Amino acid sequence: MRPELIIHSAGPGVSVQDLGRPGQISIGLSRGGAADRRALFEAAALLGQPAPLAALEMAGMGGSFEVTTPTRIALTGAPMEARLDGAALAWHASHLLQPGQRLTISGVRAGSYGYLSVAGGLRTEPVMGSRSTHLVAGLGAALESGMTLPLGEDPAPDRPARSLPVADRFSGGTLRYIHGPQTGYFSGETVARFDSAKLIRSATGNRQGVKLETETGPFPPELSGGLASDFIQEGDIQMTGAGLPFVLLCECQTIGGYPRIGTVLPCDLPRIAQAPPGALLRFQAVDLAEADQIMRSDAREIDALAGQTTHLIRDPRLMHDLLSYQLISGVTAGRELEEE
Amino acid sequence: MSLQDALRLGSVDPDHVQILPFGLDGVLVRFAVTAEPWATQAAQAFHDYARSADLPFICERAPSLSSVLLRFDPAQITREAAAARIESLLDAHDWRKATPRAPERLWTIPVAFGGAHGPDLEAAAELAGMRPEAAIAEITGLELRVLAIGFAPGQPYLGLLPEAWNLPRMEQINPQVPKGAIALAVRQLVLFANPSPTGWRQIGRTAFAPFRPEAEPAVPLRAGDALRLSAVSGDEMTALLDRGDPAGGALCESVT
Repeated sequence: MRPELIIHSAGPGVSVQDLGRPGQISIGLSRGGAADRRALFEAAALLGQPAPLAALEMAGMGGSFEVTTPTRIALTGAPMEARLDGAALAWHASHLLQPGQRLTISGVRAGSYGYLSVAGGLRTEPVMGSRSTHLVAGLGAALESGMTLPLGEDPAPDRPARSLPVADRFSGGTLRYIHGPQTGYFSGETVARFDSAKLIRSATGNRQGVKLETETGPFPPELSGGLASDFIQEGDIQMTGAGLPFVLLCECQTIGGYPRIGTVLPCDLPRIAQAPPGALLRFQAVDLAEADQIMRSDAREIDALAGQTTHLIRDPRLMHDLLSYQLISGVTAGRELEEE
Repeated sequence: MSLQDALRLGSVDPDHVQILPFGLDGVLVRFAVTAEPWATQAAQAFHDYARSADLPFICERAPSLSSVLLRFDPAQITREAAAARIESLLDAHDWRKATPRAPERLWTIPVAFGGAHGPDLEAAAELAGMRPEAAIAEITGLELRVLAIGFAPGQPYLGLLPEAWNLPRMEQINPQVPKGAIALAVRQLVLFANPSPTGWRQIGRTAFAPFRPEAEPAVPLRAGDALRLSAVSGDEMTALLDRGDPAGGALCESVT
């Protein structure tokens, strides 16, 4: 049997994503890839992959899935309600899926983008060096019910389920940013006001970017008329004509005309991508030396993820079939609640 | 200006070429904050110059309308060292007098002007102070250059047109121009790669597809290419569009 993922149903924002297509700004193509890249590194750590492989990104809603061969999966990113044949599954964890079992993933409990990774990776046809769907560029398409995706074979389906402690990045918070080529277009007063502002993630947002709202704005530039359009990248905080901030994400355009007050650090992009509508956000300017330091320590953190995974302990409260276990008969080694 | 000052964040100094940090792994060489013709010429020329220079630590390079982006590999070089090397390249010329090198390739791209394929031609011509026929003759007589590729994949900014075409963007945004729309503003033309809202005036349409993900290369145009628009009738364009060939009747000649 060929390893495949059967999609019985899928929400409207389910797509294949890997780390995208870097280095293409000269042809006008933004990197794309997972909106929360860290979630793919977490999945790789849980599944023992040397580097992240293509996975399903689920914006807000998941779907119903089945595999054709035994394969481990990892559930990472925005926590979602997940069940295997009706039994609740832990998030930020890996699990074994057997053919015939039904995995259902419903809405997010926090955050915006959840990820379903499989141990052998999704093996759809790469285009321009990546399997990522980039809807703005017309690469790939959102997935639909009834589709079947090819998978790589799980090299070690017997490897025990793992879990990973994950700090909350799914409910807004502080975003560190650096000033950039256009920060000088804004007055010092406006920049200071921006740095102390409480901003709210609005209901408007997608993989191209998210619009923010504030009661203390707007933040208009001093210099705006006649400015040349110039390069723009994910993380840039652009001010629209009305002076409202819009943070660009992975599928953004590559040249833009609106002035940018700065750029969010790459390691804080998952936090802005995941912030659900209504989440409170603040921006904290850091200087370049500090930003370099933060990025080095983030790289070390990503490298260390695999070492932080632990055996997944099943929570008896989540075991709907608890009474079917023989818990008190005879002498036990006390490991029945571990999923091995 | 010292390098320290050059890398000073957020400084706006319209009288000097600036070397500015762009994210954590990029350096932006900005010749001017507005798309002045000399700055557009300088960006083209410096991009050419940087391409032929020995910069093994640079992993990405692209021109925009008045700046050049150089992305470095932080594993190989620090931002300061990259900026110092770039500054020494900048010191080699007076970029205010620089002209881009001769193009290597000349494209000829069929375009239908006016009518259903270019609904804003008459308004644009009137703003430029000429009749639509004269506007078409002037624009098709120009050898344009691909100044930058961006916004959307493959999408070229073409120019610069004569000063008469320094038209502002429209007050009302056009909610959607079709793929292949040729739109005009601020002495430039954009060839839209995808259906898009725009404040630019749509004067024509082409069947040439600037982004072909299944082809190699996916983007046929390169910054610096020369390009001429050749006028065809509305019916001829409709036939070219119906044929669905991404080349759209375009020719590419080597001119070196």
